[in-house]
Amino acid sequence: MASLSRTFRIQKRDFTNAGNASISVKKLLKSLNLSACVIRKVSICGYEGEMNVVMHAATDGILAFELTEKKIFLTVSDEGPGIEDIETAMQKGYSTASDEFREMGFGAGMGLHNIRENADSLHIDSTLGAGTVIRMEFNPGG
Amino acid sequence: MNVKELADKLGLEIHAGKQAADRDILGGYTGDLLSDVMARINPGTAWMTIQTHQNIVAVAVLREAACISITGGHRPDRETVERAEKENMPVLLADDNSFDLCLKIADLKVL
Ligand SMILES: Nc1ncnc2c1ncn2[C@@H]1O[C@H](COP(=O)(O)OP(=O)(O)OP(=O)(O)O)[C@@H](O)[C@H]1O
Ligand SMILES: [Mg+2]
Repeated sequence: MASLSRTFRIQKRDFTNAGNASISVKKLLKSLNLSACVIRKVSICGYEGEMNVVMHAATDGILAFELTEKKIFLTVSDEGPGIEDIETAMQKGYSTASDEFREMGFGAGMGLHNIRENADSLHIDSTLGAGTVIRMEFNPGG
Repeated sequence: MNVKELADKLGLEIHAGKQAADRDILGGYTGDLLSDVMARINPGTAWMTIQTHQNIVAVAVLREAACISITGGHRPDRETVERAEKENMPVLLADDNSFDLCLKIADLKVL
């Protein structure tokens, strides 16, 4: 089976389109009749990764989706500012979101935690000044 | 019970997404922190929140909520209404706060 892939641009601070990349991925998975469980996991992880670029990144980012016979790959990347200490950032409740974003209901410090809970495999690479790449994998049957 | 029946019974205005108001309600959730809602709601949830900006529609669509009820007399932003229409997501408006609205839903004994 050939693999299916899509890439979406995520614009920093663009709340008008925030979530649309994840919604497109979700609709694609739904049209392919994947299980509710895997759609749930990919939707949550895609959304949290996408919102982190919208809120925290200094550059635009990319959400890349690939479905192969054995796996779903979801990668969210941006080019800065990077995360200083990934373990700290992963802690539930840790957030550097501004008051403005907190009033909108962001900044609970739960996004990376949600990703860790829902991705079947997770790799975060982040370098200060260079950016962040979050690689997630899912089992399409699971 | 579907979204329209719930709105009728509680006297709530369906402010957007009427075309999807026949969707069945399977449960409810109250939350204003979007990442918390994202992690906790399931398809068919009637979600109560005081958030009014358009990202609530993205959350509701991604988790297949049955509807969003904006509580406490808050009113959705224009962009929220537009996005809800486009994504077929019913948005109900309630003057009650989330707690009082939940009490009224509990009184209906449907969930
Ligand atoms: N792409 C990114 N670039 C730079 N910093 C990031 C990025 N993603 C996350 N962070 C940092 O990690 C912290 C924790 O992220 P996490 O998604 O868990 O919470 P949050 O985005 O602050 O709040 P929530 O996701 O609950 O709305 C952020 O506050 C931010 O400091
Ligand atoms: Mg986040």
